[in-house]
Order: sequence, then structure tokens, then C-alpha cells
Amino acid sequence: MTAPAVQPRAFPGQRALSRRGVLFGGLCLCCLPTLGRAAEFFTTEEVGPGIFVRKGLIVDATADNADAIANIGFIVGKTGVLVTESGGSLADGQWLRAEIAKRTQKPITHVVLTHVHPDHVFGAGAFEQDKPVFIGHAKLTEALSARGEFYRKRLIDLLGEARTGPVVYPTMTVADTAEVDLGDRRLTFTAHGPAHTTSDLSMIDSGSGLLFPADLLFVNRIPSLDGSLKGWLTEAARLKAMGPSRAVPGHGPVTVDLAPALADLTGYLTALRDGTRAAIAKDVSIEKAVDTVARDQRDKWALFDTYNGRNVTVAYQELEWE
Amino acid sequence: MTFRIGKTLSSLALGLALATTALTPVAWAAGASDTDQERAARWHEIATSIFGDRPIAQTDSLVKIDAPVRALDAALVPITLTMPNDGQIKAVSLIIDDNPAPYAAKFEFGPAADPAELKLRVRVNNYTDMHAVVETQDGKLYEAKQFVKASGGCSAPMGMSDEEAMKGMGDMRMKFAESQPGKPVEATLMVRHPNFSGMQMNQVTRDYTPARYIDKLTVSAGNQKVFTLTGDISIASNPVINFAFKPDGKPIQVAASDNQGGHWQHSFTPPSPTN
Repeated sequence: MTAPAVQPRAFPGQRALSRRGVLFGGLCLCCLPTLGRAAEFFTTEEVGPGIFVRKGLIVDATADNADAIANIGFIVGKTGVLVTESGGSLADGQWLRAEIAKRTQKPITHVVLTHVHPDHVFGAGAFEQDKPVFIGHAKLTEALSARGEFYRKRLIDLLGEARTGPVVYPTMTVADTAEVDLGDRRLTFTAHGPAHTTSDLSMIDSGSGLLFPADLLFVNRIPSLDGSLKGWLTEAARLKAMGPSRAVPGHGPVTVDLAPALADLTGYLTALRDGTRAAIAKDVSIEKAVDTVARDQRDKWALFDTYNGRNVTVAYQELEWE
Repeated sequence: MTFRIGKTLSSLALGLALATTALTPVAWAAGASDTDQERAARWHEIATSIFGDRPIAQTDSLVKIDAPVRALDAALVPITLTMPNDGQIKAVSLIIDDNPAPYAAKFEFGPAADPAELKLRVRVNNYTDMHAVVETQDGKLYEAKQFVKASGGCSAPMGMSDEEAMKGMGDMRMKFAESQPGKPVEATLMVRHPNFSGMQMNQVTRDYTPARYIDKLTVSAGNQKVFTLTGDISIASNPVINFAFKPDGKPIQVAASDNQGGHWQHSFTPPSPTN
């Protein structure tokens, strides 16, 4: 199915907003209290046999978009449905659950919590009634213990309690690799070392060969660093070595060719690393570094001005102790 | 010294920031709506509790605060204090008015100091005025102010376990900028220490990790003091301080202690000046 996803863009180099995009960003969502009616503007796209993905908005969470900013979706297997990403809020998760019901009557047996960030885990509450296995990285439980309530309060401030949902913990954790069998296809999970966060879990679907790297792969939207810069470069190389040709990134188009997308990602991370190292070596202070490092990447990424300075701050702290 | 003015954990409820992929701080502008009058009244109360009824004159020359107007990371807000009048400055205090423990740091300078520029990194928990108060050699007080937008810096989780955060606690490094003979030398002191604020949740027990922070740090050049820092929970984890000193060829000694009895000492040899 190829219904065009609405793709409001707010980044240099892609200024041309579609008319629907303008309406979407400028008028419609603003007056909608929940994602319920916004649903007609969202759509899932079948990106492989039985694999459906909804493109997240390339913006930050607002009251109007219910934090529906990540690429979320599901895989329909022989024995049941696996949710690849739950959504950014209870409202977003409920929307996804309704989408699943439109496509299949099979039970929802698995929900993947790809890492600790709110735009990827707060949809999980919508699936608790299905009593699925919640799959997460072995470090996810402690990361959610530390941050879950903190994120929840902030989301409540933005969306209200009813649309935010609970913090849901994994019931199956992956320390290294694990497999889930849906009868006609196997999902292979890999727990990654500190990279985007300290709880990144990726997945490969044997049915399609598609890689689901979650936020280990950002496309178009600037990567946000919250784990380890050096670790992320290592894990990016590992994803490449795993050999899939297509991937569903955590943010960006619903599918991409993995090699060029990883090249863009590592291009940014390398610029961040090398620029930050050079700043530290020259005794450039952190407050000057945030304005100078990786500037040549600015035209390549949406939300660069919002996140690059913070990425430099995180990178500086990691690299100054080298 | 009264070091803990109005430390109320009620601001726990306002523990809000930590930028991630998803959330911008705009919507959580804790303290954003306070009027100038309310801020002035709060500052008056804090200033009185620290400095008693000593008058504090405003200055735009003896000390200047540089801080980002909007912090990129509330748990690490870089601050620069500029004090161009060498020889006149005895001490400088940094107060973050709306932090749970507002009195962030006091630097008392010794004869080996060149206080022209001092940098440190702090946590900021609310939209707040930040004050720098200098005491001149003649015992007078002068203040400068800057408003900073940030939230949640004191309660922001560290993104690692307490054990990981405490790894290498007390390790130090010092970097020296190139210097010329007879001129002050710029140095960067890095200290490994989590500086737990007491407002961060332990990831395993889900209790708050008790506050553990560097409370005293003395830097000397040979036998001459550069500065003594009295610190608190507002200083960011793994403290980094940029300062300048007047070299006399002897090693730089650093002694640090924390509020839980930790004590560390390190010695660093500055490079010889080059022309």
C-alpha cells in the first residue's frame, strides 16, 4: 500500500512543504485534542511482506502531535503480531493498536521496547491489555527505573496524564542476542553496547531481511547522542557487518538502503568526534565548541540547531577524558 | 558560612529537563513566570543569608558572568566569570538563585592567583537569575547578574549506574595552556567525581542517591595558594575548572575533599614557559 505519508519537514535544504504538510503542521493538528482524529492524517505503509511502518514526524514532541515522532509499526507473523516500536505516548500506541486491528485479527504477542527514550516506549501502555511479551535490552530496566518517571512527568506536562500512559518494563530482556519465532519468520535481536543510549536493541526479520536498528540509525533527522559517541561508531560498523541491505530507521523514511544511510550517520558522528577532539586539543572551551563543531553537517540534518550543540556537550564530556 | 540557603526538596517536583530525542524544555519552564519583583525579593533574601546586611553594589566592570541564555544541557551549564582587575579581587561567589542549594561555589583567591577569567560548569534546575558577587581586597561587595533558562539540571539522571559514575572517583588531570615567561598560565583542572546532587534516582534501588559532592578544593602553586573552592551540589558531575595562576616553577598541588569524607591529592608539573 502506497498511500503517501504526510511528511512535514522543517529543515534546510528541503524547505518545500507540501500543501498537506503545511495544513498538517499549521492548522489541523493544532486543534485536535488527541491523536484520534489525527489518525486520518497518519498512515502505515507496507514496507515488506506483512510489515507495516508509520513514519514519525520530523519535529519535537508537542501537545498536538502526541509525541508521534518515531517510526513505529508491526509485523504480522503466522502465530501473531510483533510490534516493532510502540509509539511516543499512550495515544500514539492506541492509534497503532487500532491500525493493527484494521489489518489482522491475530493476537499481539510481542512488543519491542527499542531503548529508553520516551518517543519509543510510552506507546507500550496501549498493548498491556494484550498481555504480550515486552522485549528490551538487558540494561533497559535500570534505565527506565532511573528515567521513566522523569520522562513521564514531562510528557504529562505536555499531553496530560490520560494521553501519556504508564512506564512499561520489559518482561523479556536481551543481554546479547535472542530470537523470537512467529511461525513463518524469525526475529533476531541484538543488544548493543552504549551507543545512541545505553539500551539500544536492534532486530532483523528473517522473512524480509529487513533490519530494524531503531535509533541506532537516524535518517534526515539529526542523530541525538545520549550514550557513547565512540560506542555508536562501533555499533554502526557492527550493523553494517550484519549484512542487511534495507533498514527501517528510527527516524526518517520508512525504509532506506542501509549502506548510504549508515554512511550519512557515521559522517555526522565522525565530524562530531573529530571536531570535538580538535576543540579539546586546542583548549577550545565547551561553550565555544557547541557553536563550532560539526557545522559543515548543518545542511544535511533536520533540527540541527536544536540538537547539535547538545550532542557536542555530550561528546565533549566523553572525549575530554581520553 | 551559611552554605545551604532555603534548601527545600520541593523543587523535586519540578525535576524536569534532560533533552532527548523527544522533548524540548520549552514547555517545562519552571519558574519562568516569576516577575522581576519576585526574583529581586528572592535574591535579597539569599544575599542577606549569605552576606548578612553588608551592602552589595552593582558592577559591570569588576565581575561579569557569561552563561548561555538558554542552556543546551541543564546538567552542564558552562559559566565564565571575568574579573579583569588583578590584585583587587579577594573572592568570588556564584549563586544560582532558584537552585535547591543556591550557593553554588565560592572561590577565595591566594597570592598565586590570576582571577581574570574563571570557568566552571554548573547544574541549573529552574529558569533563574544567576549572581556573581566579588569581594574586593578592601572588603567591599559587588554583584553582577545573568538570567539563564534551563530546567531539571539537579535531578537529571546521569545515564549510568552509581557504580559507573563513581568509577575513578578522585582521579584528576590538569592541562596547561602555552605560556610566556612572566605571564600567568592558564590551566584546566578536571576531577573525576559524580557530584551526586541528592536529587537523582538510583537505577537499581529506585531510591535517591545521597548527595555526595566536592565541598572543598584547594589549588596551590608551590606554597602559594591559587584558590580554595567551596562547592555544593550545583557543580556538574566530573567538575572542570579553568583558571589562571602565576607560575614560580614549582608543581601545582590540588587537594580535594567531599562531604562524605573522601580526600584526594594530586601534583602537576607545569611546562616551562616558551617564547
